[in-house]
Amino acid sequence: MDSERLQCGNGELMKKNFYFVLWCALALLLTVGCQGGRDKTEIVGGEAVSRGTIENKGSDTLVNLALAWAELYMKINAEVRISVTGGGSGTGIAAMINGTVSIANASREMKREEIAEARANGIDPVEFVVARDAIAVVVNPSNPIENLTLQQISDIYTGKITNWSQLGGENRPIVLLSRESNSGTYVYFLENVIRLGNSKSKLLFSPDTLLMPSSEGISSEIRQNPNAIGYDGLGYVTPDQKVIAVSKSDNSPFVLPSPQTVNDGTYPVARPLYMYTAGQPKGQIKNYIDWILKDGQNLVSKLGFVPLQ
Amino acid sequence: MNFNLAPNTNKSTTLTMKKSKPERSTWSEFFVESSIRVVGFSTIGFVALIFLFLLREGLPIFYEISPANVFGTRWYPTFDIFGSLPLILGSAYVTVASILIALPLGVCTAVFVREVAPQWTREILKPLIEVLAGIPSVVLGFFGMHVIAPLVRINLDAPTGLTAFTGALLLAYMSLPTIISVAEDALDSVPKSYRDAALAMGATKWQTIWRIVVPAARSGIATAVMLGMGRAIGETMAVMMVTGNAARMPLSVNSLFMPVRTMTATIAAEMGEVANGSVHYHALFGIGIMLFILTFCINLVAAKAIFKKRYRGGLR
Repeated sequence: MDSERLQCGNGELMKKNFYFVLWCALALLLTVGCQGGRDKTEIVGGEAVSRGTIENKGSDTLVNLALAWAELYMKINAEVRISVTGGGSGTGIAAMINGTVSIANASREMKREEIAEARANGIDPVEFVVARDAIAVVVNPSNPIENLTLQQISDIYTGKITNWSQLGGENRPIVLLSRESNSGTYVYFLENVIRLGNSKSKLLFSPDTLLMPSSEGISSEIRQNPNAIGYDGLGYVTPDQKVIAVSKSDNSPFVLPSPQTVNDGTYPVARPLYMYTAGQPKGQIKNYIDWILKDGQNLVSKLGFVPLQ
Repeated sequence: MNFNLAPNTNKSTTLTMKKSKPERSTWSEFFVESSIRVVGFSTIGFVALIFLFLLREGLPIFYEISPANVFGTRWYPTFDIFGSLPLILGSAYVTVASILIALPLGVCTAVFVREVAPQWTREILKPLIEVLAGIPSVVLGFFGMHVIAPLVRINLDAPTGLTAFTGALLLAYMSLPTIISVAEDALDSVPKSYRDAALAMGATKWQTIWRIVVPAARSGIATAVMLGMGRAIGETMAVMMVTGNAARMPLSVNSLFMPVRTMTATIAAEMGEVANGSVHYHALFGIGIMLFILTFCINLVAAKAIFKKRYRGGLR
């Protein structure tokens, strides 16, 4: 807009002003329009449930997998319609409690308050573990470090260890990479790695931690910066990053994340992924969940997640 | 937003002359006049409404949590720690650094385009500069992330290339078109008699430019800088992609080559997932208020410089 304004010659004040107001009005209309639209889809969603479409909403970690499941299932069962949206675990659970979706995807367990709220609404949520996700700790391929203990990773991310040489690596500063604080992965990593699962711990990410807005941000920095360390879901790790083997404590073995190590419980940084239904599922929803837990598991590893054994 | 530059000063008089032309019927004149008035006033109305909305959503933060928390030095929104100082300083750092880079480049380019370059070069350069302004910031951000950040890290031996400096480089590039165009207009408004007088007194072309023309246009150049700053402080996408977004206090000297987190990037990164009406939501709008006030002050200073210039005949 600046350049537009600057280009105007003499005597175009009126036109200029007019365009500016026009843009403002357009922007305002768009905002109003968007809000209206959002409300509408939710209403349609509510109606859609009664018409037999399966509404599925929640975790962004799970959204690609849930989409793949829905697409394949709709191909097999042409009469079923499934719609999948992301928005975060909390959003999905809230929608399930309000009765606007039939299945909520979550990358964490439902909180006690959420269950209480659901009960107050007359809904008894039922939990299904649909897949598992390993969180891989990654470094640049040129970094000689192969193994780290959970305690070491915690010390790195709280800023106690600031140079790779303290871990037997090269004399380089450590650059910490993390996902943004609204990501479920961020919270999981903080609670289970930095705080080592200790709920009383008050440890936080070091303020020097770089918060990357996307998985692509993390992978591009890991690829080109030999100082960097990062973490992300195993499904998002590209082959040009080096995955670190992690051990639970000083005397347990170092384990690389893989479907086997996640399922036998030896890889310590893995979490289950959930689907919640409002009450015991019936009819089409039950068929869908049953399918996910059996045939649907074939899709899981293709998207980088770990299937149930 | 609506600044008039010096060359447009006589616009209002031309307008009044047009209006009083006798062949226009009174009715259409009344219609045009009042619709222009409505449109003009609605601009003010929109700005006021936006500010009211910001206040309504953002003010609660200042009494929901203690001022020590709001202006603290740590930003951990997931744990109800909302210290906004690192964000304010981060924005200030990146903006000031970008202006320090863009000012000499922009003014020199403007001088070259207006005073030195031959006609044909000028005709190629001017549209090219306008094209610069049209590059989407997310494209620049992508370029910065993959090309400039590695260069910064390797050449400056910094731990990471995602630094305040990288952001400042990109912002400087983005504010250049604004600075060049406005500074060029300012140079343009210096009367020919000034140049003629200087040359007649035996000054060289170089002396005329640096001692007469540029000083005479200095208030216009100051405006250019302020407008460039306004552009830089509000920029979001590119900054979010290249500054690393670490909410650390940029206090030491080498902070320029360390990651920072700006106010705009914080709002953009966190607004999507925040629950409507929560403390975090109010905190983000609170940052929006601070940002609004900051840009408003910068624009006010720029506008003041323009008005001053107009009263004095566009010269000093």
